[in-house]
Amino acid sequence: MLTRRIFIHSAVAATAALSAPRVLGQTKPRVVVIGGGAGGATVARYLAKDAKGALDVTLIEPNATYYTCFFSNLYLGGFREFDSLAHGYDAIAAGGVTVVQDMAAGVDPAARTVTLAGGGVLPYDRLVISPGIDFVEGSVPGWSLADAETMPHAYKAGPQTQLLKAQIEAMPQGGLFCMVAPPNPYRCPPGPYERVSMVAHMLTQMNQTAKILVLDPKEKYSKQALFEEGWQKHYSGMVEWIGPDMGGNVVEVRPGSMEVLIDGEVQKVDVCNVIPGQMAGAIAAAAGVTDASGWAPVDPASMKTKADPNIWVLGDASAQGDMPKSAFSANSQAKVAAMAIRAELTGSKAFPAKYSNTCWSLIAPEDGVKVGASYEPTPEKIASVESFISQTGEDAALRKATYEESLGWYEGITADIFG
Amino acid sequence: MARAALLLAPLALLAAAAFMPAAAASIGDATRGATLFQRQCSACHRIGPDAVNRVGPQLNGLYGRRAGTVPDFPYSKSMARMGSDGLTWTLETLDAYVENPKALVSGTRMAYKGLKDEAQRADLLAFLRDYSDRPIDIPEAEPTARKTLPDLAPEILAIEGDAEYGAYLSSECSTCHQRDGSDRGIPSITQWPAEDFVIAMHAYKEKLRPHPVMQMMASRLSNEEIAALAAYFAALEE
Repeated sequence: MLTRRIFIHSAVAATAALSAPRVLGQTKPRVVVIGGGAGGATVARYLAKDAKGALDVTLIEPNATYYTCFFSNLYLGGFREFDSLAHGYDAIAAGGVTVVQDMAAGVDPAARTVTLAGGGVLPYDRLVISPGIDFVEGSVPGWSLADAETMPHAYKAGPQTQLLKAQIEAMPQGGLFCMVAPPNPYRCPPGPYERVSMVAHMLTQMNQTAKILVLDPKEKYSKQALFEEGWQKHYSGMVEWIGPDMGGNVVEVRPGSMEVLIDGEVQKVDVCNVIPGQMAGAIAAAAGVTDASGWAPVDPASMKTKADPNIWVLGDASAQGDMPKSAFSANSQAKVAAMAIRAELTGSKAFPAKYSNTCWSLIAPEDGVKVGASYEPTPEKIASVESFISQTGEDAALRKATYEESLGWYEGITADIFG
Repeated sequence: MARAALLLAPLALLAAAAFMPAAAASIGDATRGATLFQRQCSACHRIGPDAVNRVGPQLNGLYGRRAGTVPDFPYSKSMARMGSDGLTWTLETLDAYVENPKALVSGTRMAYKGLKDEAQRADLLAFLRDYSDRPIDIPEAEPTARKTLPDLAPEILAIEGDAEYGAYLSSECSTCHQRDGSDRGIPSITQWPAEDFVIAMHAYKEKLRPHPVMQMMASRLSNEEIAALAAYFAALEE
């Protein structure tokens, strides 16, 4: 079925290549989307929905089931079942998107084709790359991806998340959980610190004498005052945070002996969550749309890459300016991208780009906080124009409402992404 | 080929015309601001890596900082009091302070007569902004651009009762509010009577309703956009 479909596409492409411009050939304009996460699944779904049959939309995603990284900390804390993070592509396919379960192995921008790991070739008129993150090799000395079975990153949801939870559950009484926090910029700015809160919550249930050590190369992080207040209130004495002035930026790990070196000083640990430095998912570099930073620069008004007028990059992988790397951001960017692509290919109306983001974090049961901002394109970048954040000292009722709001948001955004 | 080009032209024109969005305004030109800083401020203030207090406090991380709180700097009583009263440095407060320091902080020790030229102030503020927290890392950091006021965007005001526009705008709502009317944690807005919808959104816009996400969302919607959204959701099938 897939093979036949791909074959048909290829035959059409061969014909269409003879007549320029291709978008006006016999066939419908083709949009190929790489990556079925918050950016890719949203753009595919919105393109198919809004174009009402005028576009041929294909989504390439290697996994039949997608586990959201957002809310995976709540699974670690015991607030959600792992299966509650799972989403399939049936509704997206039913909405008119051809879903190809395969891995994009390469992009030929001149021929406008995507090569699949399974061997197929998909031609496109517009390509959207939304691959999320990959890790920068050598970012944490002593750690490579092969060590993730011993010292998990758990920063792409799936088996890694389950492994980290199992390790925490197996910790000896009074043991030490260590997190090596990532350098900027990285996916989900409050994510590591929400994770610390969730691990602390779990330990207060089953291992009250255990400790948490956070090694951080950054002087400041998002929602810092809120997290510090919460750790003091709910997990007093359990969490120690070491910033760069105390050696948090000079960290080496030894997975073989479960040791961490902090500015040369050896520390034995029981669980070590290494969250390395990050860059755009590898396919973005393979398509030639990233720069020396490892991210893909995009036009702030449309999310189209600066390197190639036929390629868009969404979400974590893009370098767009002020928006944090989050599912909310990717989903927001995908809607602008879908509008811009549809306008180019079908002549539909394009409206001013508007972007927004909100990140909720859970600190303890029913103690939720949030940070958010709205963004608009300037000629240089997507710029923050207004922001807000929960305040320290808020009453329990407001924090509970914020948590409940986050549950509603999860249901809302996953319905918006996956249908 | 010629026919294809003819066909393509109107499409391209349409797309180009439609892509004239009301972009947010950058604060100013940071490069020109650097020159201004060098000439007018650097005798007393340091900024950048390893900047230390001199005659004036160092200016790294200025945006979002409470006034009078740089460690080890001997502020005037007046500046310290403004800080404890809640003065925080933002685009708006810095603009006022740089324009006329003594008008904002009467007893300030800063011996600077003020910068009257609005564009020059904007350039200087843009330069200073580059040395404070980046929103991509710290989303709650102070903004880096001035937001477009929807009432000032005539091309949006001209779009009246555009159902297609309402449907497009609604994609921001449906990130949280489910189209099928589910209401767990976040209320349903599907089939909400249009008049109630419009009243509620203006209440958020005027900050009379207290929810920060909704205040933020509503604050950048024009009257026509709110009307378009109200019409869209009122008629939406569950």
